[in-house]
Amino acid sequence: MHAISHAIGSGVIRLLRYMGQLAFLVKDTVVSLRVAPLRWGLLMQQLAEIGFRSQLVVVVTGAFTGAVFSAQTYFQFHRLGMDSAVGAVVAVSLFRELGPVLTALMLSGRVGASIAAEIGTMKVTEQIEALRSLGVHPIDFLIVPRILALIISTPLLVAECIGLGIGAGFLVATKVLGVSRAYYMTNMLTFTTGRDIKMALIKGTVFACLIGFIACEEGLKTANGAAGVGRAPTQAVVIASLVILISNFFLSLLLNIFFPAGTY
Amino acid sequence: MIEVIDLWKSLGTQQVLRGINLKVARGQTHVVLGRSGSGKSVLLKHLVGLFQPDQGKVLVDGEDIARLKERQLGPIRKKIGILFQSGALFDSMSVGENIAFPLREAGMKDESLIASKVAEALEMVDLGGEQEKMPENLSGGMRKRVGLARTIVSRPACILYDEPTTGLDPIATDSINHLIRRLQRRLQATSVVVTHDMKTAFHTADRIAFLHEGSIYFEGSTEELRASKDPLLMDFIEGRSGESD
Repeated sequence: MHAISHAIGSGVIRLLRYMGQLAFLVKDTVVSLRVAPLRWGLLMQQLAEIGFRSQLVVVVTGAFTGAVFSAQTYFQFHRLGMDSAVGAVVAVSLFRELGPVLTALMLSGRVGASIAAEIGTMKVTEQIEALRSLGVHPIDFLIVPRILALIISTPLLVAECIGLGIGAGFLVATKVLGVSRAYYMTNMLTFTTGRDIKMALIKGTVFACLIGFIACEEGLKTANGAAGVGRAPTQAVVIASLVILISNFFLSLLLNIFFPAGTY
Repeated sequence: MIEVIDLWKSLGTQQVLRGINLKVARGQTHVVLGRSGSGKSVLLKHLVGLFQPDQGKVLVDGEDIARLKERQLGPIRKKIGILFQSGALFDSMSVGENIAFPLREAGMKDESLIASKVAEALEMVDLGGEQEKMPENLSGGMRKRVGLARTIVSRPACILYDEPTTGLDPIATDSINHLIRRLQRRLQATSVVVTHDMKTAFHTADRIAFLHEGSIYFEGSTEELRASKDPLLMDFIEGRSGESD
């Protein structure tokens, strides 16, 4: 019993310490945004790396999720004679849950791992100390451009994922499964509202911050040479993915208060 | 130019520095000797504010940098350049971009002026014309030379060398030793060299401090060190471990 309470206690302390470290990183980033000039060149570079080069993985994820979700929804609804509701279910689900979460999970794997590995390598090879010794604040040079690029790119990637998902779902339902195009579109447009779009974009922005800060924190605290560099991206992806999934639940409940689902 | 007063530092549970006092006069080369793990590099990094001491002062031109925040250290770091043990080149940048980095950060915009300063710095370290190479294609000695070129390109008043010859073959070591001496003459910079290599120490030093168990055990001229009969110093100079086969 004592051992269990000790394990729980130390786990809670580790969690609180980690949250504290993240809070300091967020504070330093906000201070940097206020006092240091923005490095536009680095921001553009990161936008290309994080936003532009993530499109393929996001597009494929969105399209095939939309396609399979549309098919599965049709298989269930068809027995109840509700074929025409497939479009609405697919669209609302993609906007409110699947689009933001799947995009964030894919980004945490592609971008979060790369950020943690890159910053971690710079840490263990003294490149971050070299930056500091040259009078360059690592937060200004490494963290701010990456966080901003994620915040700008992720909502756009979420939109892309949802768009492709809806498109693929529409094609599967109407071309493959024979659902009426007119009913599909009418119901989808009736039940999908601006509130769903806002919810998707807000979730995308929140997840962008979570991926960025967790990946940067894991990179910055890398130690123990090659082994540490190997661990940093794994940790970044595992922690970010879990935090995205858990926070999505609470975010959904919270955002549903401000942006309730349905057409009321 | 640099004065360290009663400097204490622990890392984790280990007490690394225990009340260090050291004075480095302007234009002088001060070598800090000591065994691996004796805290030499930790001491060196305090001199440019990369570490904050638990206790004590680090005065640079009379200003205590130990309590300055990261953003306040910028002007101090323009006066002091550091050559890291690994060279610490930015591996996403070419040799030329690495060396140009401090100039661009200082606000220099004229690309032809930057190019000429980069070329001059590379000439000084005997690597003329290597601007386009990437760090991954350089040998250990070349990386240190490029790191040194990046350090000196903005002409700091003081240069700190962290183990400049560690991991190099004897010829490359000798070459770096000569380079350090040449730069001292040419740039008139104050230098602090951290090493455990006696050849480097005797070749470059005006004064030598010996760090042992986190404290300055000896401080004096090279002649005084050579003449010392202290068993600990003699063992270190002659590389005797005291073990037998």
